[in-house]
Amino acid sequence: MRRVVVTGLGMVTPLACGVEETWARILAGKSGAGTIERFDASHLATTYACEIPLGDGSDGTFNPDDWMAPKERRKVDDFILYGMAAATQAVTDSGYVPADEEAKCRTGVMIGSGIGGLSSIAETAVLLKERGPRRVSPFFIPSALINLVSGQVSIKFGFKGPNHAVVTACSTGAHAIGDAARLIALDDADVMVAGGAESPISEIGIAGFNACKALSTKRCDDPQAASRPYDADRDGFVMGEGAGVVVLEEYEHAKARGAKIYAEVLGYGLSGDAYHITAPSEDGEGGERSMAAAIKRAGLTPADIDYINAHGTSTMADTIELGAVERLMGSAAEKATMSSTKSAVGHLLGAAGAVEAIFSILAIRDQVAPPTLNLENPAVNPKLSLAPMEAEPREISVALSNSFGFGGTNASLILGKV
Amino acid sequence: MSDIADRVRKIVVEHLGVEEDKVVENASFIDDLGADSLDTVELVMAFEEEFGIEIPDDAAESIQSFGDAVAFVTKAS
Repeated sequence: MRRVVVTGLGMVTPLACGVEETWARILAGKSGAGTIERFDASHLATTYACEIPLGDGSDGTFNPDDWMAPKERRKVDDFILYGMAAATQAVTDSGYVPADEEAKCRTGVMIGSGIGGLSSIAETAVLLKERGPRRVSPFFIPSALINLVSGQVSIKFGFKGPNHAVVTACSTGAHAIGDAARLIALDDADVMVAGGAESPISEIGIAGFNACKALSTKRCDDPQAASRPYDADRDGFVMGEGAGVVVLEEYEHAKARGAKIYAEVLGYGLSGDAYHITAPSEDGEGGERSMAAAIKRAGLTPADIDYINAHGTSTMADTIELGAVERLMGSAAEKATMSSTKSAVGHLLGAAGAVEAIFSILAIRDQVAPPTLNLENPAVNPKLSLAPMEAEPREISVALSNSFGFGGTNASLILGKV
Repeated sequence: MSDIADRVRKIVVEHLGVEEDKVVENASFIDDLGADSLDTVELVMAFEEEFGIEIPDDAAESIQSFGDAVAFVTKAS
């Protein structure tokens, strides 16, 4: 199989627009949570979330005009806008421009979303009910379809290779990167733009996840303390939004053009829980098999893993994942560090796996494990370090990133130093 | 007439993101103003909304240019 490396990164997160801007804030222990400003959420059980900082584009703020013209923005839901921004950053960062038609046909896109155009669907349903079918916009369907991030990105850059989109709830971003890497490994493409995008912070999004009893509800007075993975006082996840996109490239292809290589995609594992629609299996055996499959694919052993970016959503499932990791790693767990960056950016659902894969890559680049914020009183006594409160400088050659989704869908990526 | 033309022009400028001076009598939405078939559907919906009229699908297909739109709206309203 051909080797696959990462040569470009892009992201829009609740901490900032931009990879370096977000990463600096992660390492500084900043939180992206706050009272919801986009709409009046005072009647909902949860009144806070991690919203993208809107602004004029300076100091890490997100200015939609920088990424899509107003005329085009009217035709897309926000998840597509975020995906376009992250993809544009990643492609620019990679410096890759296909030289000819053949090269364009060898460059594909695989950017997914967990839910897609939820707001567009909700608003159009109300319009249909109130004013009838003739008022439904011709752009409604293409604004809401999940694969339209991949479609829009391919149109913007002329990438004519495989055009695909993953939909596996909160595992979407990780599955997209893993599946795209496989397309390159199997010689279906030389370059893939891959990741996830999500815009779930809306009345229907919050109400829906509240109904599932998945969201934190008890921290209206202190939203920045709400996302607290592994802490005894955690009470649910904090919703985030944004996008993460990477440029994946066949190793020799990247070397030949002198590309900057961030990391190698060493392994990718997938599994299904076959247990429950929203809860993980009680002993975490699904997640454990996903991690074991990725480690096997990488040709490594559990003892080779230095850093784990956990799924760690700040729910009861945190300790289930922790148990699975400790079982898998055995005594090697004592030398590893695991943290949850959802403590800082919230849960970006379909974008989470992509954003967290990028954090894992940066952890390798900068030799530092990002912190788990708000971990003041651990619910269990872990064998491995959870990097509580502060970033932990340490040697990191190999990182594992976990993503688990509703429906019992699990993905694990292993990234390594080149 | 001029009032209708101004209001139609404003809609075309907003929806297609074109300069106002490009929206002339014979300007074709698709050939001259960069619209695609979905843009023209949305334009017709915007005319209906602005002028409180209904434009049936077969009539909508005959509205290809700024001049066509002004003439149709003038007749219908």
